[in-house]
Amino acid sequence: MEVTLRILRYEPETDKAPHWETYKVAVDPMDRVLDLLIKVKADQDGTLSFRRSCAHGICGSDAMLINNRNRLACRIRVDQLGKKISVAPLPGLPVVKDLIVDMDGFFGKYRSVKPFLINEQPEPERERRQTQEDRARYDDSTKCILCAACTTSCPSFWARPEYVGPAAIVQAHRFIFDSRDEGSAERLEILADEDGVWRCRTIFNCVDACPRGINITRAILEVSSAIVGRHG
Amino acid sequence: MDHPFDAIVVGAGGAGLWAALELAREGVNTAVLTKLYPTRSHTGTAQGGVCAALGNLEEDHWEWHMFDTVKGGDYLVDQDAAEILAREAIETVVELEHMGLPFNRTPDGKIDQRRFGGHTSNYGEGPVRRACFAADRTGHMILQTLYQQCIKHGVKFFDEFQVVDLLFEGGEPDTGGRAAGVVAHRLADGQLHTFRAKAVLLATGGFGRMFRITSNAHSLTGDAVALCYRHGIPLQDTEFFQFHPTGIVGIGILLSEAARGEGGILLNDKGERFMEKYAPKMMDLAPRDMVSRAMYQEIRAGRGIGGKDYVYMDLRHLGRKVIDEKLPDITDFVRVYQGIEPLKEPIPVQPTAHYAMGGIPTNTDSEVVRDDKGTVVPGLFAAGECACVSVHGANRLGTNSLVDLLVFGRRAGRQMARYAGKVERPLPIADAIEPVRAELEAIRSRAAAGESVATIRAELQDVMMDNVGVYREGKLLTEALAKVKELKGRNENVAITDRGSIFNTELMEAQELGYLLDIAHVTVASALARTESRGAHSREDYPERDDKKWLKHTLAYKGKDGPSLRYKQVSITRFEPKPRTY
Repeated sequence: MEVTLRILRYEPETDKAPHWETYKVAVDPMDRVLDLLIKVKADQDGTLSFRRSCAHGICGSDAMLINNRNRLACRIRVDQLGKKISVAPLPGLPVVKDLIVDMDGFFGKYRSVKPFLINEQPEPERERRQTQEDRARYDDSTKCILCAACTTSCPSFWARPEYVGPAAIVQAHRFIFDSRDEGSAERLEILADEDGVWRCRTIFNCVDACPRGINITRAILEVSSAIVGRHG
Repeated sequence: MDHPFDAIVVGAGGAGLWAALELAREGVNTAVLTKLYPTRSHTGTAQGGVCAALGNLEEDHWEWHMFDTVKGGDYLVDQDAAEILAREAIETVVELEHMGLPFNRTPDGKIDQRRFGGHTSNYGEGPVRRACFAADRTGHMILQTLYQQCIKHGVKFFDEFQVVDLLFEGGEPDTGGRAAGVVAHRLADGQLHTFRAKAVLLATGGFGRMFRITSNAHSLTGDAVALCYRHGIPLQDTEFFQFHPTGIVGIGILLSEAARGEGGILLNDKGERFMEKYAPKMMDLAPRDMVSRAMYQEIRAGRGIGGKDYVYMDLRHLGRKVIDEKLPDITDFVRVYQGIEPLKEPIPVQPTAHYAMGGIPTNTDSEVVRDDKGTVVPGLFAAGECACVSVHGANRLGTNSLVDLLVFGRRAGRQMARYAGKVERPLPIADAIEPVRAELEAIRSRAAAGESVATIRAELQDVMMDNVGVYREGKLLTEALAKVKELKGRNENVAITDRGSIFNTELMEAQELGYLLDIAHVTVASALARTESRGAHSREDYPERDDKKWLKHTLAYKGKDGPSLRYKQVSITRFEPKPRTY
């Protein structure tokens, strides 16, 4: 079958503003959008630029706006989208070229929540013990691949780019609810900031956007509750 | 732009990150360069587990792990290195837990372990629960955990810097030169930067993208491996390339061996569990080379599903709880990429190009060596899939890729710190960027009428897949050699249309294609010369292992008209070669 693929193109060295280009691509219904982008680059326009690496939803390189929803290009199939497909860069981040956005701010927010285990106790000779229940407590948030689909789908983030955003909160959640971690107080303090968790308006765009199926809004609410409950 | 450091790490997968962490802990001024963002590295896609003889669920010993590694590698493994691998696996896994890695847990709160291909108890008696795991995203959790620790320790990252040349001081490596740094292409603006350092670690991963059907990321183009070759460092044992039995049909995405470790079985068109015939004791958990060959045999005998070129992996009997808790990601891949419900239907699978056993030769301190006597290239290190230490020999066991990058990434970092404390930083090299600047400029300014990267790459991937795959023979390899040479010739005129400097991904791909062509050339030449069958290198015209002639490693040097092959001894310490049955 043939699909009509519209791509929002932007070449900063020659274009004044982004503009749509249309491509006709012969595809199999099981092809993914990433396959289409690769075909366009190989057969029609070698200048088309996008990030990709693992091509099966784990590395998080190819999040983009596909038919107006944030998706990983390697995880969404043609048969899920129909014959007209539009692809644009992730919203809310500066566009560098074509489908490539500047991720430095996003990773800066990730770093700001101290995304690492904090435990200053002497290490035992073997592994620390953790019950299966305690391990399950933060399982969902360990799935995050930092693709930025959630943060850039969030209207609160669009309205206020200083908002730390869902992805960083999920990463904080992963440690706050890990029984081995002792850094919760520091992280909750960071997230209690005016650009922390309170910016969440429970719009649930992030949950729709997450390619890993993480219940992000619930994670944010659990962090909010922990902030409220910390002096109790 | 010139960046002086004491240590440079190229590649931010597991090996690179652990080395960087060791260097940071030692206070060595270190930079990590990656052509991606660190969390995009291919370590993150490893699924099933990381083996260490913790013995949390049943008796286990590192000696058994070492034996399995040696036997799995068809005795081409260097046993001094395998001993280190199996011993230090235990402490590295425990250290990862201390860093916060969220392993699955046993009922008493220890790290949970499961079975994996080729890992046995008591020197081959039967499967053993040795693979420590975090669901089926163990690699993801290793990558995340190491990156988190690097952030905690203030490691400096240069993201989306593609290394395009290696620098040496005092001559090239073959005349005794020492590593002096690297040249990197900053993708965001196309500028070339030099990074000067006393110690340089190469940790750029594999090169599976030379095959059409592969589990490997698009980024796995053997960058550092090819750069070493171009600078006169030999490549070791590249003829040994692992085809993982259970790739998604047509696209090669991996479905972890953990699926069989948890009880999944392979079926042919008649519904027979065919591995019973090929490996009576280990069956579906035989090593990957044997399972891939068994699948080809079934397919050739007309017992592929519907007579086609794939078989089934059946997980239906595992039940929802095991699938959801222990194999959630791979069953999700099956749903997304095949449109199949693994609880209700068997999954079509076929072998997929997965892992390079060969690579840049190193010693057990991860120092690059350049000949059969173990002569070190001062200051140059390699670890992980791009290196060949050699713990995988002719065929790697499942999970040992992760063990390798943890153990030898850590050793690299420690040895680099010791070395950096002893030597002076190299001086800036005049015109360091000039050779690669000219090379990139030539590609960029060539008339767009030339052939495209995509055309040449596709032809390379086809010939490698069809002629240099699971089964090989002299005639097909000779054809492949001619084809690769032809493609290298045509690649001299490869042309791109993107003239820009910002994120010129076409230029990047052209550069990567050159790397793949060089490594493919070495792989085919090494495979053609090795007239025996051992591990993943299976010659139909030489079906037997030949220890008299071929119990030796290949070292392929860049010559005038192609690779020139030499050989080096295998280290045998505990286990004499024996016939390999499972």
